[in-house]
Formats: sequence, structure tokens, C-alpha cells
Amino acid sequence: MCLAVPGRVESIFNDHGTRMGRVNFGGVIKEVCLAYLPDLEVGDYTIVHVGFAISKLDEDSALKTLQTFEELGLLEDELQEMRDLGGES
Amino acid sequence: MKYLNEFRNGDQARALASHIRKITTRPWSIMEVCGGQTHSLIRNGIDQILPQEIEMIHGPGCPVCVTPISIIDKALEIASRPDVIFCSFGDMLRVPGSREDLFRVKGNGGDIRVVYSPLDALQIARNHPDRQIVFFAIGFETTAPANAMAIHLAKQQGLQNFSALVSHVLVPPAIEAIMNAPENRVQGFLAAGHVCSVMGYQDYHLLSKRYGIPIVVTGFEPLDLLEGIRRTIEQLERGEARVENAYERVVTEHGNERAKATIAEVFEVSDRNWRGIGTIPKSGWRLRESYADFDAEKRFNVSHLQTSEPKICRAGDVLQGKIKPHQCEAFGKECTPRTPLGATMVSSEGACAAYFNYGRFVPLKELVRG
Ligand code: SF4
Repeated sequence: MCLAVPGRVESIFNDHGTRMGRVNFGGVIKEVCLAYLPDLEVGDYTIVHVGFAISKLDEDSALKTLQTFEELGLLEDELQEMRDLGGES
Repeated sequence: MKYLNEFRNGDQARALASHIRKITTRPWSIMEVCGGQTHSLIRNGIDQILPQEIEMIHGPGCPVCVTPISIIDKALEIASRPDVIFCSFGDMLRVPGSREDLFRVKGNGGDIRVVYSPLDALQIARNHPDRQIVFFAIGFETTAPANAMAIHLAKQQGLQNFSALVSHVLVPPAIEAIMNAPENRVQGFLAAGHVCSVMGYQDYHLLSKRYGIPIVVTGFEPLDLLEGIRRTIEQLERGEARVENAYERVVTEHGNERAKATIAEVFEVSDRNWRGIGTIPKSGWRLRESYADFDAEKRFNVSHLQTSEPKICRAGDVLQGKIKPHQCEAFGKECTPRTPLGATMVSSEGACAAYFNYGRFVPLKELVRG
């Protein structure tokens, strides 16, 4: 129930006075309540729980985190190489 | 899918795991509070690539598992009434009550409908003015914004035939209860990222200080979990204890203020009984007096029920991290996902179900480390 994946807002509309949106989860479109994120716009990514958008995915920090992983991965590769070379000599 | 597959990269997961191995010099026990994270850890085999020194203790953060049996029995009673359409999240249908489950009630003619969003239940109420629509409002802080909004809108729209059976639980008091238990082994917490997406994490500073433990806000994908573990271990190895946010793309310090405001309008803090664990003070939300008209327990007068739990089930010990699921005598024998004795074997977030579905029948050490 607490698991949620990011989806992309495709369109925004009004239903019985409530702000709603169509959100695309890798091809599956769901109608989602946007009342808690009044600034969410078409094209934004959002995390949705039981039909409610709760937070806007911050794309900059997503990329920053991925970059940290990337650097750590490269570092690990280099260290592994050093270990391999060290082992041979 | 964008912002999903990148966080599942196998090479980077191995690199992170090897980094964690390098910085770990001593045994450490870390609890992931959230059942969704337990499932992700087991499904992705993260428990198997961590160094032997790190034990992941699975926490009580499975809403389906901790919903008290008395509430399940009330749900069964209400759902059996011919004038009621009972709306629930799908995970609740197989949770055993004292005598049966919602699935059985449905088989016997009860009108039970699985909803994806609480707003679906409102729509059903509008479509069936002649029936009583009851929504099973359970969950942690994550589902509370949705449940609170549905109840708020029902009042605003004057929906007379809608009510909610409310059983909400909160994470911070559960962390306190775990830390206060005399036999506690937890030395650091992965805080559930999606709970924090609603509530923020400012409440955790006090807990981290009081108990001298690192608390790291963590997401659900393999790389998120490994990063949460890495940051916790770094703090533990350095003897530090603070709150860190390893899920910055989704969580902010203060969470979603609008959602918190609607929750506070509809719900108030109350003591709550956790299935298998017992009562934890101030650990739940109930409906405020101003919403009493929408309280299904009052509308249907179901407070007289006698409950009984199977003696053999040790779900309480599992939920508190005292035993791993395969240490329960009934695990995989009398108790399987098809014949569950406890809610932890039913839910998609329950630890017993995770261990069963991903083949953890023997202790990990025997399995991978000979
Ligand atoms: S394996 Fe079944 S009986 Fe044992 S603790 Fe888990 S749910 Fe209860």
C-alpha cells in the first residue's frame, strides 16, 4: 500500500470541484487526485499513493543522486582494477 | 520507466554493496520500518549481497498486518449486512479475522468492492443513494491524505450514505516502542520514504537524539535501499547519530503541508492497538468529533465483538523484529499465503509473505554462506 512509483502528468481536469489529473505510469494511465499539489503541471513527475499525488518528483535531485552512484561505481571499478593488478604483481 | 529503471541498475547495486562491505568493520543491526522496503530487500536479494556483519531487522510497517483483529472483525460484521456496500483496498480481503475473512464474506453474498482510491468509494456512494457505503480507512501516514480527503469531501458534499471504518497507525511512536523494548537490538533505522513524503522528517530529529541512533530517510528501489544502508553504516562506524535524507527526489523536511492540514482537520491522535504487538500510546489517528457522523463504528454499533487469534501465530514477534519469519513453527507448513494464519502471511508488505514468496525457508547464513 505504501509502494508507489513515479508517473508523468499527462493532463489536468476538474471533477466535482476537485483538481484531478491523468498520470502515465509506463503506459498505464490512471486518474489521480491532484488537490494536494496545486503547483503540479503537465509534464511533471509525481509519486502517487492510493489515487493521490503526494509529492512532485524533483528531477534535479534525481539526476544528482544518480550521478553520485555513477561516480561511486567508477571508483569501485578503478579500485577493483588496482586490486587485480596488485594481485598479479 | 523514467526515474525507476535507473534506480534498479544491477552494476551500480553491486558497486554500492562492495562499498558497504569495505566500510563495515563490525556487526550492525538496522531496521527497515516499512513492509514495502522489506519486500524490495528480499525480492531483489539485497539481504544476500550485504556483508555478513549487517543484519536487516524487518519492522512493523505493514498496515495490513498491524490492523487490529477487533477492527477486522468489525469490518466482517459490517460487510455482511445486506444494506451495505463495503469498499476496501484489495490487500485486506484475505486478512484473517477471528472466524473468517472478507473474501469469505464476499463469497457468501456480501457486497464487497475493491477500490484503488478512496474517491472510488465516494463515487459508489453517489451512484447508490439507497445503500450504505462503508470505506475501510486503514494505513500509515501514506494513505492518510487520501482517506482524510474522501471523508472531508463526503461531509462537504453532504453524502449521508457514506461512512468510514478508521484504523490509522503512525510510524514515530512505533520507533519509540521498538527502542524502549528491553530486548531491542536495533542500532539504526531506514525511515520509510513514502511516509516521509507526506509528513516530512522533522519529527525524527528528536528520536535520533533521544536514542542516539542514525535515521536515514530511504526510498524503495534497490539503489535507494543500498544508499540508505550505506549512509546508516557510515554514521554507525563513525559513532554519529543524526537524521539524513537519502530520498531527496521525493521527500522534503516538512512533507506535504496541504495533506497534513487535511489530515489534522479530519483525524486526531489516539492510542492504538497494533495487531500482535499491543497498544502503543498516541500511535494512531481516529476521526475527530466533528466527523462523528461519518464513523462506521458508531453508525453500525459493532463494539460488542469477541476476538480470538490463533495461538501458534508469532506475527507479533515477526513485526517487532524478534524472530525472522522462517523461525515460526508454522511457517510454510500450516501457514502459507493460501492458508494464512496471520496477516503477515497475507499482505504484499508482510514479512512472512516476502520470505515465503522469495524462498527464504532457511536462515540466510546457511543459504549463501555455507
Ligand atoms: S508464518 Fe504464519 S503463523 Fe507464523 S508468524 Fe507468520 S503469519 Fe503467523
